[in-house]
Amino acid sequence: MTWTTDSYLEWAPLLLRDWVSGFFPTALRGVLNDLIAIIAILAVFGLLFAFLTLAERKILGRIQNRPGPNRTGPFGMLQPFADGIKMLTKEDIVPRAADQLLHFLAPVALVAFSLLTFAVIPYGRHLVPVDLDAGVLYFFAASASTELAVFMAGWASHNKYSLLAAMRALAQLISYELPLLLSIVPVVLAAGSLSPSGIVAAQGAWTLGVLPHWYVFTPWGFAGFVIFLISALAESNRSPFDLPEAESELVAGHLTEYSGFKYALFFMAEYFGMCALNGLGVTLFLGGWQAPCAGLDVIPSYVWFGAKLLGLLLGFIWIRATLPRLRMDQLMRFAWKFLVPLSLANLAVAAVWQLGAGWSEPLQLVRWAGAIAILATSFFLLGRKLSTGFGPRVYQYAPS
Amino acid sequence: MMNLAFAFIAFLLLASAATAMALRNIIHSALLLVVSWFALAMFYLWAGAEFAAFAQVLIYAGAISMVVLFAVLLTQRTLGDFTLVSESRRRALAAVLAGAAVAAAIGYAVLHSSLAVASTPAPTVTVRELGEQLMGPQAAALLVVGAILTVALVGAVVIAAQPPKSDREGTR
Repeated sequence: MTWTTDSYLEWAPLLLRDWVSGFFPTALRGVLNDLIAIIAILAVFGLLFAFLTLAERKILGRIQNRPGPNRTGPFGMLQPFADGIKMLTKEDIVPRAADQLLHFLAPVALVAFSLLTFAVIPYGRHLVPVDLDAGVLYFFAASASTELAVFMAGWASHNKYSLLAAMRALAQLISYELPLLLSIVPVVLAAGSLSPSGIVAAQGAWTLGVLPHWYVFTPWGFAGFVIFLISALAESNRSPFDLPEAESELVAGHLTEYSGFKYALFFMAEYFGMCALNGLGVTLFLGGWQAPCAGLDVIPSYVWFGAKLLGLLLGFIWIRATLPRLRMDQLMRFAWKFLVPLSLANLAVAAVWQLGAGWSEPLQLVRWAGAIAILATSFFLLGRKLSTGFGPRVYQYAPS
Repeated sequence: MMNLAFAFIAFLLLASAATAMALRNIIHSALLLVVSWFALAMFYLWAGAEFAAFAQVLIYAGAISMVVLFAVLLTQRTLGDFTLVSESRRRALAAVLAGAAVAAAIGYAVLHSSLAVASTPAPTVTVRELGEQLMGPQAAALLVVGAILTVALVGAVVIAAQPPKSDREGTR
């Protein structure tokens, strides 16, 4: 990692940072460098959030055969800023019976914890804000803390529907945390590291210069990536798992009693959470900042990271436009009876796969075929098992 | 600097725990308990135990807090503020005495134990070493914990899977 092996562009963000902090006394530079990293993350992901909402509305519009926002600025480019001003100027209404302090703290805590997750993601070869030994664990610790904020929002509103919706949201978040974590364990197992930059480094090679050694290109990695994406959709409350805040049937769940910019903060946290989870997905399964083929190293690593992240985010928007919302019981059944067993099977496959790392060429074929066969069998068995015996719905608590 | 940070963490930990005990609103108490868990995680971070700190936040602040809050909400008779009926003074006195006795016993044990007081540099343990310890010498303990947790999980599912008798006969 010296000047000679790396291109200038690879170092450019760091050089810019050092140039800025060069104006300050030496004692302050360490703190200042951290501050600049924080400001950069806030600026980049803040703008990404703004334009992601615009892109989402434009793409949803395109898919539904309508133009989407097109009045503010060229192609509606200024729409997110107009929305921001609208949200800021709206009246902030707090119910009289609400728990004032918790009602205020809930959106703040939510945004704070979802911003914390950005700290450990390696954005480029030299762009790791905090390189922690247990970075993956840190990520999940921070994102698990957001659940608390959802509860606070629902309870502090002093509205029974908000509280019910918050409990429902918590049930969903806790249920899908399990497959999310279980889908990541094989990656940690394979890389032998809990540090995101270590995991990216473990995926940094190519067979014949064109086939990247990303974990998504192994049987367990592919299955794990799909499970991860589904669980990430549920964790970030995205359609088809947007039951916590199903605007067309629930008003807005635990957000009902929020207005003005506090309401916007919840959405900001949702998009931040989505970006962070997708960033982690890129890091763990898609080789992070690694280029897909050996020759494409010339393009700086952070561009690759950004491209992969945007690809996943657009996929999320596409899924939102395509799939209808699940019912609560379907959601729970899907998590506990399908995703969790499947990710456990995937973990076993990954463990056996690790044993076969040193096998000879013909045995490698057996390794691939065996892993794919076990995963496909468990997929179909679990899928079949899931779909039988649930024909007409039985209402347990409603009089028939 | 280190001592100042430690003083802050210790204050946060003790103050949040004490306030949690003193408050009448049980949800506020539960949330303050979460704050004290966060402070404990901060203490682990201060002591250089990264893994333990993040595991503390993930398990206590992320999962156990939910169990506590759900338990509070499901056992409470009415929604909203829940106030404890103040019990007789004798019970409070007995509680204080019992607590003081336990504290005295623990304090005596700590003060008279032959623990090394000298400040050796804290060992930095990587996650890999922790994992090797857990999978090697401590594997039996890990397996026992896993078995106990599985039993607890199965027990919870068994209890949850049986609908109350009145439901089975009443509505259908």
